[in-house]
Amino acid sequence: MSLEAVNLSCVRRDRVLFEQQSFTLNAGELTYLLGENGAGKTSLLRILIGFVEPAAGQVLYGGSAITHSDVRRKFNAELIYIGHKSAVDPHASAFENSRFWCAQHGVSVTQELIYSVLATLGLVGLEDIPCGQLSAGQNRRVALARLWFKATAKVWVLDEPFTALDVKGIELLERHIEAFLARGGSVILTSHQPLSHLTGWRPLELEYRL
Amino acid sequence: MRSGVYAAMFKREYTLAFRQKAELVQPLVFFVLVVSLFPLGVGPSPEILQRIGPGVIWVAAILSSLLGMERLFRDDFQNGWLEQLALTDASLAGLMAIKVFTHWLVSFVPLVIVSPLLALFLNLTEPMYWALLATLAIGTPLISLVGAIAVGLTMGLNRGGVLLALLLIPLFIPLLIFATSAIESAAMQLSYMPQLAILGALLLLAFAFTPFAISYAVRVSLN
Repeated sequence: MSLEAVNLSCVRRDRVLFEQQSFTLNAGELTYLLGENGAGKTSLLRILIGFVEPAAGQVLYGGSAITHSDVRRKFNAELIYIGHKSAVDPHASAFENSRFWCAQHGVSVTQELIYSVLATLGLVGLEDIPCGQLSAGQNRRVALARLWFKATAKVWVLDEPFTALDVKGIELLERHIEAFLARGGSVILTSHQPLSHLTGWRPLELEYRL
Repeated sequence: MRSGVYAAMFKREYTLAFRQKAELVQPLVFFVLVVSLFPLGVGPSPEILQRIGPGVIWVAAILSSLLGMERLFRDDFQNGWLEQLALTDASLAGLMAIKVFTHWLVSFVPLVIVSPLLALFLNLTEPMYWALLATLAIGTPLISLVGAIAVGLTMGLNRGGVLLALLLIPLFIPLLIFATSAIESAAMQLSYMPQLAILGALLLLAFAFTPFAISYAVRVSLN
């Protein structure tokens, strides 16, 4: 199953962000979306997952448009999206946030698995504290835990996943992405930091246009 | 598996609602305070209070609902949970229906529970009280369902609160007219079933269509 963008164009507030973007995310491939602030990276990712309608072009998953409801369901079942907003509720704990997300996405996890993933992410002892009291980086880790829970995912769409993470956190995530690619997953991500451990990515550059 | 997704939604909404107790209690206290101002403002004459009572309670209920309505989607929109909801294996309309139901359960059911106290403040007779209860039971889900559309549309705006009130208050006029007319009929020992039937029809219509409108409004706001 591959995610394919065909001639995508995006117009925001009468400004053309990009035109005629075509690319394919193949299994085992990492696509690194580059561009200045305001070049349209987030808009492109949001078009890819179907939140924003492109001004022209379409997004295909496994060869069919994601606007079809059957394709949409399959795509949802195999997608993890982590955006700027982390979808971590400040009133719930890291454990509860993980459980809510897994239940909502139909991912069956045991309590032990949640605790062990949170431990992997360096959140030992913080599992039951409301996330509002954790730091930005720790909140980010709670959001990123989803990448460990949903084993059926085949596509990861990550918008600035490294924001607020410390050096160890970045390395941990890069290793996890590497393992996912080796299992045949495909990843598209944006980042303003250079990738330190991951290699073999394919750049996709968006130019800032006036 | 899909029903599990809906159950998970209910569980989360319910749990989180009780984490923010202040937000739950404020509209309720506002409701009680506004109603209790009237005996002080227009004088304690029992006939006048009985005359204006149904209208006062209903207007206060609508205003206090606007107060609590804003937080229906605000937090989930700001922290990105709505985006994650749009990517689940369940219809967004169904999820929104559950969200609105939970909101109604935690914010309007307490309001119905305190209403005997207010009926006492305003010297409502027993038949009037039963009519009030019936109109609140049918009318408040209608407020939640219709209000959620406007909340969905305005959640992307900062300070959408006043706009929300301006959009919604005119929409609640029919509800107010039929609800108060039902209670007045009860005061005159007449049957108030016709008014209840109209309110019920409005509610059924809202049940059928608003979840789709709400999910559309949410998608527009995500765009």
